[in-house]
Parts: sequence; structure tokens; C-alpha cells
Amino acid sequence: MNVVVLTKWVPEPEGTPTIGDDGLLVRDGADGALDPGDEYGLEAALQLVETAGEGEVTLISMGPEVAHAALQRGLAMGAHKGVRITDDGLRGADALVTAKVLAAAIQMQEFDLVIGGVESTDGYTGTVPAAIAELLGIPSLTFARGFHVSDDTITIERQTAAGYDSVISPLPAVVTVTSGATEPRYPSLKGVMAAKSKPVETLAVSDLGLSAEDVAATQTVTSVSDAPPKQGGAVVEFDETTPARIADLLAEAKVI
Amino acid sequence: MTKVWVWADVTPDGPAPSALELLTKARDLGDDVAAVALGPGAKDAASALGEHGASTVFASDDEVFANHLAQPPTAALAGLVEEHAPDLILFPSSYEARDVAGRLQIRTGSTLMANATDVLDAEHARTEILGGTKIVDVELKGPSPKLVLVRPQSFAPEPSGGTADVVEVLADVPNELKTAERMERHEEAASGPRLESAKVVVAGGRGLGGPDAFAQLDQLAAAIGNAAVGASRAAVDAGWVPYSYQIGQTGKTVKPEVYVCAGISGALQHMVGMKGAKRIVAITKDPDAPILQIADLGVVGDLFQVVPALTEEIEKRRTGS
Ligand SMILES: Cc1cc2nc3c(=O)[nH]c(=O)nc-3n(C[C@H](O)[C@H](O)[C@H](O)COP(=O)(O)OP(=O)(O)OC[C@H]3O[C@@H](n4cnc5c(N)ncnc54)[C@H](O)[C@@H]3O)c2cc1C
Ligand SMILES: Nc1ncnc2c1ncn2[C@@H]1O[C@H](COP(=O)(O)O)[C@@H](O)[C@H]1O
Repeated sequence: MNVVVLTKWVPEPEGTPTIGDDGLLVRDGADGALDPGDEYGLEAALQLVETAGEGEVTLISMGPEVAHAALQRGLAMGAHKGVRITDDGLRGADALVTAKVLAAAIQMQEFDLVIGGVESTDGYTGTVPAAIAELLGIPSLTFARGFHVSDDTITIERQTAAGYDSVISPLPAVVTVTSGATEPRYPSLKGVMAAKSKPVETLAVSDLGLSAEDVAATQTVTSVSDAPPKQGGAVVEFDETTPARIADLLAEAKVI
Repeated sequence: MTKVWVWADVTPDGPAPSALELLTKARDLGDDVAAVALGPGAKDAASALGEHGASTVFASDDEVFANHLAQPPTAALAGLVEEHAPDLILFPSSYEARDVAGRLQIRTGSTLMANATDVLDAEHARTEILGGTKIVDVELKGPSPKLVLVRPQSFAPEPSGGTADVVEVLADVPNELKTAERMERHEEAASGPRLESAKVVVAGGRGLGGPDAFAQLDQLAAAIGNAAVGASRAAVDAGWVPYSYQIGQTGKTVKPEVYVCAGISGALQHMVGMKGAKRIVAITKDPDAPILQIADLGVVGDLFQVVPALTEEIEKRRTGS
């Protein structure tokens, strides 16, 4: 069982990211990490390969040089190797470009399954994995909150607004895993040490057989402005008058 | 002439509210508005879609579109796009629509923008980032149709009183596209009003400390009446309540008359789902919690004291004692 895991490096996953003059997120020099949303899928991949008893987990990440940190984290968790696509021509890459680049890199691997996050923490487009599946000509199963692989099929519990659907598909396929679907392991010290000697391949756009035109972004930010601030109201410490005060607000809104 | 299409999610129960919202907007953007509705319920939905501005509804009731994920509807939509060349397609932010839009983008080579909160014309859309504190305008370039995924409840649906011609879409989907198959649908039991349409939403977060405390929110909701209970992702990920409770970026968008939350800090991803509420009451222990900045009434205190006291106060007023 060979699994490719899409692992994105994101700036400031816990803090507030900075917007540059060009309206894009500042990535250079920002503190960043492996997207927490990708750790659930990585954990799923590690479990599947461990259960199969053979095969490899390959991480693929498109991002600036600092994205190396995301791969190191994934390798420390137990992935076998990594591929990083870094190229000045990818600055400001949109969903289409990202999908083309990642799909081209996936095609250079052996894989039964591609796993990604439901949406990235910084971009939250949520369409990149399905677009990759279309490029690869394989099924996509998004929003998996549970999964089971047997022989050459995968069954997932697909989250829906009302509950979940059971969905079955032949492999190879692209699957996206929701937060909470697995409990990502914490890298051990041994894992961190081992990660340093695991292979990481660095590729440019031209190595993928893509041209500068193929990766030209098709949207530009024309303006970034401050939204009119929402006026907060009163903040009070709880005391015996508070319940009446909240109830008054509800009565004013004519809901009680 | 600007052709604007809307991807209409439909079920045998009718069109999704998003379809009517998007059609209402599409009327402002184009002079030729059509909807695409695929799967059981599509043709029955056509009258509501027409009433909200679609002059044509491309429809098929074929089960293949509901039984298989993404690939069959993408193939059908791509065929229609090739034939009719729309300038812009508006999609809701639903699970199905995201997959179809992502795949269609590859077939048409066109640009795609997600999370739009407004569409200015066939080439410009708007989004909000950082929890709605910044507004970003984006120009969409490259080949048509431009694809825009719009956040729920961005527009209020208004009927235009029109009627639509129904054009049958052929469901001649090749077998190799009938892959990922839905075997079963499981609905988690829900009681009371739907989150999206309730007048009052009572939501709980990590501060509840466990599943049992949600019973206190249920009691508060029952005392208010016409109130639905929701949650932050922290409470959902912890397994305290099902995902169908989740409010925010990856969950539901709610715009109630009053939003009452307890034990929620107000992360950016939570606030995008509830900041449209008319009034916000926030109960938290932390005087620095970001949620207090947008609350009309912020209460700093222990929710295990505040919530029962509030429930009691409302019940007291109701019985007039
Ligand atoms: C891509 C992405 C998508 C996301 N989508 C969503 C989404 O859709 N919805 C969502 O909600 N989040 C989402 N998140 C997660 C979000 O970033 C936060 O982690 C989450 O909202 C935090 O939930 P919380 O406020 O319940 O928990 P916390 O941030 O831990 O806040 C708990 C609050 O409870 C207070 N508290 C504790 N005990 C008590 C008590 N006894 N009485 C009163 N107050 C108490 C604390 O002081 C604190 O303010 C997303 C994150 C990412 C990266
Ligand atoms: N630059 C990237 N490198 C690696 N994986 C990515 C990248 N962008 C997106 N992905 C994957 O696609 C998922 C959805 O991303 P998005 O569509 O950008 O919200 C993420 O959770 C990742 O798994």
C-alpha cells in the first residue's frame, strides 16, 4: 500500500497571518508549520501502511523553501520520504495552479491512495484535492470522517450536513480527511532524528514538465480594505442582575 | 449579453436555500440566468428556481447524479458549458458543489474563487478574510466561465415571479465515471428547529468541558423556544456533539436574531459562521476572549452559573411568577 499525503506548509497556523502590500499572505520569513488539518490525513496514511505491512508514505508539498519544516514534521511522524516543489514562478499560485503542480508531482510516484485535508488553514479553498483527482482521472472521496481499506477498494464515512454517507470506491482514489477523524501521533525523539536522514526531493516547475504559462495565476487581488468594525457592546462581570439583563435583550429582540 | 449560471443543489424535498440565494444575485449580474439541477427532485425544483430568476433550468432527475460522487455531475455540467458557454457560474459552498467546481475547473481551465461573500460582476468577486475583518476584492481572469463558490446566506432570496423552461439533461454517463458510490445515508437524529433558520441559536464550546453540559444548553433553548443548539469545532472534534452542530468556516453559517454562546473563545474560523447574527450574547470565563469584541452583551463568568440562572429567569418570565 503506497500512500501520497498532501502536506501544506502554512504561515502562523495558530496566530494571525500578515497580509502584504500585494494582498497576498506573507509567507517569506513567517513562522509556519505543517497545516494542522493535514496531520489527520497523515495519521490515516501511516495507519494504513502499517496495517498493510508494506509500502510507503510519501509527502508532497508545494511551498517556499521554509516549507521544508512541514516535511520534516511529517517525516518525524513516520512518513518515508518527501517531495517539495519550490519555484519563484509559484508565488501567488491559485487553486488551479496548485492542483496542476501537485498532480504532476503525484504522477511521478507509485500510489494506491492520495490523502489530503478537507481545506487548508490559510487558503481554505477546499477544491484542490478534487481538482487533483480530475487531473489524475481517478475518483475523489471528500470529507472522510472514517475510512476502511480492503484489497483494492476504500470505504469512507463521508460527513454530510445531517449525518454521514457510506461511500465505496475502487483504488486508486483521492480522499480528504476531516479534522478529528484520527488522532495524529506526536513525533518521538527517535522519529525527529530519523527524519533528518530521510530522502527529500526538491523540484522546480520545469522538472514537472510544466511551463511558466501553465502555472500563471488567473486571479489578482485588486484591493484589501478594513471591514467596518462591528461595534461591541457592554461587557459585564456575572452577578445576580445579569440573567435579567440577558433576558431583557432577548425580549427586545422579541424572541421570548 | 452576460450569461450567469447557478449550480442548484436539489433533493426530493426541494431546492437548497443556497440555490434561491444565488439566483437572486445572478439576476443582478446577468441578463441570461440559468440553473443547473441534477439528481432526484431536479425537475420539481424548476418552478421554485424559475420563480427566483432562472429563465432556463437544465435538469435531470436521474439517480446516477445522486448515487455517485462528483464525476457524473461534472461530466454533465462540462457538456452543458461547452454547448452554451456561460460567463460565470455561481456555486454554493456545499460538499457536492465544491467537488464539482474543483473538477470542472480542470475541464475548462478557468479560474475558481472560493468563500466569496459577494459577486460584483462576471469578473470580480469579494471575500472576507481574518474572520471578516478585511475585505478582499479579486479580479477573475482567463478563460470563461469564471467559477465562484459563495458562502451560505450571503444574499437574501427574493422571488422575481418568473418561470423557467426546463431543458432535459441527458444522463449518458460513461461507466468509468460511476466510481465512488453512495451506499447508505445516515441521518443523525435532530430535534427542534434547524440551525440555519432558528430565530435563536444557543452554542457551546470547549468551555463546556464535556458532552453532559450540552443538556444545560438544551434546557436554555427549550426555555427560549424556537431556538437551536450549535457548537464550536472544538466541541465537535472532541466528540461531544455531532458535526451537524458545527458553526463556522467548516460548518454552518447562522444569522439568527440572537446568538447566545457559552464557553466559546471566538476564533476567526468560528466567527465567520455567526457574526451575521443581529445580536450576540457571549458567556466566557476569559475577559480577553475575542468573542467579547463583537458581542452586544458579553458576560464574564462561569457558564455553569450563568446558563442555569438565565434559564430560570426566562422560565420565570414565561410563567409570570
Ligand atoms: C481550517 C480550519 C477550519 C476551522 N473551522 C472551524 C469551524 O467551522 N467552527 C469552529 O468553531 N472552529 C473552527 N476552527 C477551529 C478554531 O480555530 C478554534 O480552534 C475553535 O473554534 C475553538 O473552539 P472553542 O472556542 O470552543 O474553544 P477555545 O478556543 O478553547 O475556547 C474555550 C473558551 O471557553 C472558556 N471557558 C472555559 N471554561 C469555562 C467556563 N466554565 N465558563 C465559561 N467559559 C469557560 C475559555 O475561557 C475560552 O474562552 C477551524 C480551524 C481551522 C484551522
Ligand atoms: N501547496 C500545497 N502543498 C501541499 N498540499 C496542498 C497544497 N495546497 C493544498 N494542499 C492540499 O489540499 C488540501 C485542501 O487545500 P485547499 O483546497 O487549498 O483548501 C490541503 O488540506 C492539502 O492537503
